[in-house]
Amino acid sequence: MTSFDSQTTADPVLSVEDLTVQFPSDDGLVQAVRGVSYQLDRGEVLGVVGESGSGKSVTSMAIMGLLPRTARVSGRIDFKGRNLLELSEKEMTRVRGSGVAMVFQDPMTSLNPVYPVGDQIAEAITAHHDVRKEVARKQAVELLDLVRIPNPQQRATEYPHQLSGGMRQRVVIAIAIANRPEVIIADEPTTALDVTVQAQVLDALQAAKEETGAAMVLITHDLGVIAGQADRVQVMYAGKVVEAGTVDDIFYTPRMPYTLGLLGSLPRLDIKSERLTPIAGAPPSVVNMPPGCPFSPRCPMAADICDREEPTLEPTTDGRHVSACHFRDDLAGREPTDLFNPTSVDDAEAVAAGEKNE
Amino acid sequence: MPEPSTTETTAAKRQDSKSGAVEREFTVQERGQFQLVVRRFFQHRLAVISLVLLVVIVLLAYIGGWLWKYGPEDITPDNSEAPSLEHPFGTDAVGKDMLANVLRGTQISLQISVLVAIFSTVVGTIWGAVAGYYRGWVDTVLMRISDLVLTLPLLAVAAVLAHNVGGSWWLIAVVIAGLYWAYVSRVARGVVLSLREKEFIEAARALGAGDGRIIFRHLVPNALGSVIVNATILVSIGILLETALSFLGFGVRAPDTSLGLLVSSAQTAVDTRPWLFYFPGLFIILIALTINFIGDGLRDAFDPQQTKVRA
Repeated sequence: MTSFDSQTTADPVLSVEDLTVQFPSDDGLVQAVRGVSYQLDRGEVLGVVGESGSGKSVTSMAIMGLLPRTARVSGRIDFKGRNLLELSEKEMTRVRGSGVAMVFQDPMTSLNPVYPVGDQIAEAITAHHDVRKEVARKQAVELLDLVRIPNPQQRATEYPHQLSGGMRQRVVIAIAIANRPEVIIADEPTTALDVTVQAQVLDALQAAKEETGAAMVLITHDLGVIAGQADRVQVMYAGKVVEAGTVDDIFYTPRMPYTLGLLGSLPRLDIKSERLTPIAGAPPSVVNMPPGCPFSPRCPMAADICDREEPTLEPTTDGRHVSACHFRDDLAGREPTDLFNPTSVDDAEAVAAGEKNE
Repeated sequence: MPEPSTTETTAAKRQDSKSGAVEREFTVQERGQFQLVVRRFFQHRLAVISLVLLVVIVLLAYIGGWLWKYGPEDITPDNSEAPSLEHPFGTDAVGKDMLANVLRGTQISLQISVLVAIFSTVVGTIWGAVAGYYRGWVDTVLMRISDLVLTLPLLAVAAVLAHNVGGSWWLIAVVIAGLYWAYVSRVARGVVLSLREKEFIEAARALGAGDGRIIFRHLVPNALGSVIVNATILVSIGILLETALSFLGFGVRAPDTSLGLLVSSAQTAVDTRPWLFYFPGLFIILIALTINFIGDGLRDAFDPQQTKVRA
């Protein structure tokens, strides 16, 4: 499918090949994921960015085997030499938690309200290991300490409603690493949290990753989080990977107008700009998609070929940096403001008026 | 973000002074889920009064019955006597002390109703939870079975069974529970249907929890609030049904006694010796009423959104 997997390094712990997920619906087939491939190396952090509905979460749910039964999944998900899509439910239960673990978006709802958090971590341990309750509980306290929860001994006896959002998310992380998984999938771990708390949670995630040596898939809307945490980045749009590369590749030499647009919509301290540049329009419906590049209706560079042919992922600056755009080479050195209109007319007037007042 | 070392020292300090108050930024007393429920319950005045009254009745039945100078079988020389200091509830035609009999009847009636509540709650909850969790054909099969059970008329079934297996108190409880678990299963299924979509259930699955673990460790404990409330109501339903069955002669049989049996054997004496009829009747009403109020209080305690009661 893509030339992406051939160049990656030798030791992949998880590799996804041409993963397709479709949901039958009354309006037609919803193509949530359309041929996603990537490899995750040991200890690596892969950032996945994209708008809502771009297939980020569905991809990770497919890896966990948690999609509803109606979903049609095809492709391969290789984890330690086994295709997860072919495992029985029973075998998959053994992989979940101990092989691949997940951190959910909303810590307010992802903890069971009727048990103390220490018990919930201990339960995660006893689900996979035949250890005594007291041993598991002791480990739970150690895990709470590891994710930087102050006073873990006491916090372990408290209920989720007694903890703050950031603390709960750290508990969720502690649960995720309780069985030393090889892959942690963090599905928007900071989205539901206050900005001030986000840093603490990312810190805890980092500590957890270092302790377990696990590889991580970090799904987020937030390019700032990606820049700080990830080794490699994957940009998704309408169920497909549209650009992938190292953090530097994506942030400094983007080769896809969508990535460029995302970067332009991000406030930056190092570049002085009057206004952010939004990407006009909305992502396409993934039901009955028209042929051609899904981004073309919103793309300032769209030409005839874009409506006819969907571009494939091809290498750009080097082999690891791939993008799906017919005009990838034309994008070298372009700034977001070159492509996207930063302000509408009345906004420009408002800015001008504001400057006069100063 | 404290340094790991400080964390360790605070943890150590905490262990040193386990019994002493923990130093916290805020000195708000913390409460667990259970404490919150208890606290809310005790703010429901009627429920608390009912609870006290019910405890008094239970103690009276078990300890009072044991201490009282007459047993339920004892035949005293006084027959058909009105309530007096010697016989507070009077005596019947053969001279049996009515207080001793009412207390014995209360024991049996309470035992039956509690057994009904426990049995139908356990069976109904598991049944409903399994149906709600798996959905699909499992749900269809299980719920059609409980629908079928709901259509069986209690009195007819009890009449048939009573003829064949006799009237010991626990058998009556099993018969009533055998028909009432279906109500509980519907309640449990409804609760589980909404719970199973919650994120923490998905999180549990993502952790590698199997179906059994999810049902018994996550779904059932979260459904307990509604189920416990239902169970209390079932106790009072059990009392009333036992009364009805015994009254019709399908329930507890002499020489054993129950409140329903006492009322039924005294029905001819309502005009001439009203104490035989009204004392057991009063106990039936008191027990059913107090349990209903307790159930009310529990419902408010478990589900604070529906009332203005603050904790």
